[in-house]
Amino acid sequence: MFRFCIIMTSTNFQLQDARLTARGSGALWWEDARLLCVSDLHLGKSERLARRGGTLLPPYDTRETLARLDSELSELNPQTVICLGDSFDDSLAAEHIDETDRLQITNMMAGRRWFWVEGNHDPGDLGLGGTAVQELERGPLTFRHIAQSNAGAGEISGHFHPKIGVPTRAGHITRPCFVYDTRRLILPAYGAYTGGLSANDPALNTLFGNDACCILTGSKTSTIPLSARLSA
Amino acid sequence: MSLLPERFQNWFTKRGWQAHPHQLALLERREDPATLLIAPTGGGKTLAGFLPTLVELAERPHEGMHTLYISPLKALAADIKRNLHAPVEELGLDIRIEDRTGDTKQAARQRQRRDPPHILLTTPESLALLLSYEDAPRIFAGLRRVVVDEIHALAESKRGDQLMLCLSRLQTLSPGLSRIGLSATVDNPPQLAEYLAPGMAKIVKADPGPKADIRLLETVEAPPWAGSGGRHAARAVMEEIRKADTTLVFINTRATAELFFQELWALNPENLPIALHHGSLSREAREKVEQAMVAGDLKAIVCTGSLDLGIDWGDVDLVIQIGAPKNIKRLVQRIGRAGHRYNTPSRALLVPANRFEVVECRAALEAVNAGDLDRTVKNDGPLDVLCQHIMLRACSGPFYAEDLFAEILNTGPYQNHTKPVLNQALDFCATGGYALRAYDRWQRLVERDGKWQLRDPRTARALRMNIGTIIQAETLSVRMRGRGGKPLGEVEEDFAATLVPGDTFLIGGQTVRYEGLREMTIEVSKQPSKQPKIAVFGGYRMSTSLELSHRVVDILSTPTRWKNLPAHTADWLELQRQISTLPQPGGLLSEAFWRADRAYLCLYSFAGRNANQTLGLLLTRRMEEAGLNPTGFVANDYALLVWGLDLVKDIRPLITPEGLRDGLETWLAENAVMKRTFRASATIAGLIERNLPGRRKTGRQATFSSDILYDTLRKYDPDHLMLRITKEEAARGLVDFERIEEMLSRAKNTTHILAPHVTPLAAPLLLEMGRVPIKGAAADTALEEEATRMMQEAGLA
Repeated sequence: MFRFCIIMTSTNFQLQDARLTARGSGALWWEDARLLCVSDLHLGKSERLARRGGTLLPPYDTRETLARLDSELSELNPQTVICLGDSFDDSLAAEHIDETDRLQITNMMAGRRWFWVEGNHDPGDLGLGGTAVQELERGPLTFRHIAQSNAGAGEISGHFHPKIGVPTRAGHITRPCFVYDTRRLILPAYGAYTGGLSANDPALNTLFGNDACCILTGSKTSTIPLSARLSA
Repeated sequence: MSLLPERFQNWFTKRGWQAHPHQLALLERREDPATLLIAPTGGGKTLAGFLPTLVELAERPHEGMHTLYISPLKALAADIKRNLHAPVEELGLDIRIEDRTGDTKQAARQRQRRDPPHILLTTPESLALLLSYEDAPRIFAGLRRVVVDEIHALAESKRGDQLMLCLSRLQTLSPGLSRIGLSATVDNPPQLAEYLAPGMAKIVKADPGPKADIRLLETVEAPPWAGSGGRHAARAVMEEIRKADTTLVFINTRATAELFFQELWALNPENLPIALHHGSLSREAREKVEQAMVAGDLKAIVCTGSLDLGIDWGDVDLVIQIGAPKNIKRLVQRIGRAGHRYNTPSRALLVPANRFEVVECRAALEAVNAGDLDRTVKNDGPLDVLCQHIMLRACSGPFYAEDLFAEILNTGPYQNHTKPVLNQALDFCATGGYALRAYDRWQRLVERDGKWQLRDPRTARALRMNIGTIIQAETLSVRMRGRGGKPLGEVEEDFAATLVPGDTFLIGGQTVRYEGLREMTIEVSKQPSKQPKIAVFGGYRMSTSLELSHRVVDILSTPTRWKNLPAHTADWLELQRQISTLPQPGGLLSEAFWRADRAYLCLYSFAGRNANQTLGLLLTRRMEEAGLNPTGFVANDYALLVWGLDLVKDIRPLITPEGLRDGLETWLAENAVMKRTFRASATIAGLIERNLPGRRKTGRQATFSSDILYDTLRKYDPDHLMLRITKEEAARGLVDFERIEEMLSRAKNTTHILAPHVTPLAAPLLLEMGRVPIKGAAADTALEEEATRMMQEAGLA
């Protein structure tokens, strides 16, 4: 049940010329570039809700998300890490972050190139070190937070928190998922307290061609076509 | 001397009525702090509750609100308002009576706060909302009396617990307040009186009226071995409907109600007006049926528990219960819906839906005739409800913790709680109560000058939106496709998620075709001829009560009593006696046999469906450990059937209590039941905001599953209050610990039979629905299969 303590499978696929791996954790691994990409960490989400007078959710989301990321880093040892936007639930959340958590982020960044792509929740420099960017190009791939409908081939983005439901023998199973076709890829949210938007929602599925597939995250990744008999 | 003032006496006389003794008794006790009236349906209970108020208001005028009437149903509040209208008019009383529910218009609500009526009719939730306003002390100043209708029903749910907390608050606002509780027949009146007003309530019992005339419906065709639809009896039921004036047909689930309704119409060439009523139908559809019933336009209604309570329909002369009633009290209540006139015996027919239920219906019938009701277990008030109450108390203004605690400890359900527990609940409301003190800056409640209050008063609005203790599965409404499409009802989100365009299902008695999802509404089209693919929405299935189970075992174990059973059932039991043996009270019977290449184990626990389901998971786990290779199991109310690769030759090591209890702890924590329970409790306690219709997720990625919170708490804060509440809730509710314990106490008297083949008692279980496969990785495996198939179908593999 705690994703990082079980051995997870992953699924390889290709976008443009890049051979990519969708990890069961929801992270994207590009082995040839030794690059790890995660999206929508939403660190500090519970703190932001509390600050705004909302409910007092268990204040453990940030350390849970960081622990999950940390275990991917230890296993893969990437040279480059890209956080694909909405890394913090808002700019104040980055400011209010717990000392322990801040230290852990610093440790994880040490010896790596670390990029904070700006998201709609966390514009500007977060003051945590690393490099803040609007978007980023690496080989055939472009990394940005929100997909652009007219983007060139090779776009990688987050923002939508895609998930997909599948009716099976063991009942209806819904999981966060990667969605990709030959031109673009959208990552699932990596943060602990993040909901999802059905990959079948028009906001999402209109971005993709008929050949699009979803890779479901979890202890065992599975691939299904986006345009089949799906629901969420 | 006559207690009734002359004006009232004359009114009774003019109507040709005579006041019932219990009505006069309540009048006589009108100065008492609390009275519980126990009376059968149709016994003039409501008038009894209002008589003291009407007399007082006739004696002297009253400024502001005099009496508050609380009912579990909105419809009942509106109906009472209509019914009170006549006596008030004819008695020439100058009294303002108004109802206030979720349906009341905004302008009327505001006026009611400014200028309260003499008598306000409302629901527990609307009262909780009124009490959360800052002007609550002014609204309720001078309140003389609270009348709680159907208190037996409220006391069985958290709504009652919330209401008792509210009554205690009212008592502070108006110390002279007296309480009247109106109840149907219950097994333990003193317990209910203690619930209403600890140490204060006196009990008044009305004449219970004549005994009901209740029989088993004999059908030409014997009931099937398994199933719950009652289809075999449709023709006989139709015949009874024709003979009676007006019939209520109760059936236990919505899905079976839909199917049985279809069966009846297929046998109804004369088009007798027969309607359908259940909780998944749209409000419009239900109201239409209720109005037609009031107008006397209907011959019969097929309904579920949706009509267990409600408006008196004096014209119903027959009640038919399809399927075993599961619970004696509920059966009595349903029977009471017929002959809703005092001194007319109620007429009822029981229709067993399968062979086991023949015995259960017989047992229920005997229980009703013996006046034996199921035992009500009343637990201490749940803490999630208490947390909600504390937050709402804060909405109405600053308070001292000591005052709040005194009010809480003055209620029936919460009188046994300790100060440390109350402090924890307050701490949860204020800070979240986490081991990690992260929110000291952002506390929801803060203490200033010794008084607790909202840190940000603007949060009151959100808190008020969250009022209530009924947590329903999320539903989506169903509409006919096209402009202004007719609303048909609602289906649960889980069910909706399984639909694929082209799927057909039954709703409101018609087969419809799923077309698509549009703005959170399911659009369907008519599909008149096609058989439905799916028979709708699951829903919670009630377990057979302990008392009823005991009576069933009694009948099974005593061949001399089988003469009261239909021949087909007696023959079946006789065969069981020859091949195996019969279950005995105080003991436990298990059987092992081979069928084809599978080894079966059947354990007759009579512990109820929920307990058997739990037991199935625990037992198969132990079998797994013992190398007995179980591959699946199925449970019903009476027994558990497990199958696998190896025959169980000795059952004793598998059912030793110690090992089972240990397994329970671990298993429970990761179970879906716990997660569902957590979601409900966390919503009530205000940790999760309710998804109201109107402001639910609009396709944005804002909401996330409460399972994540549950897992996070278990990992980082295992002693948190919410987890403790969840454990307690699950133990008393869905998992039925008590029943498992009771069964384990019988385990030392286990008879294990190695049968030559499938036994007569076990045979029905082989046909039972709801099999649970045992595969640790079942979900992943099934997902992988489905994914492969879909990729191939799509030509992408």
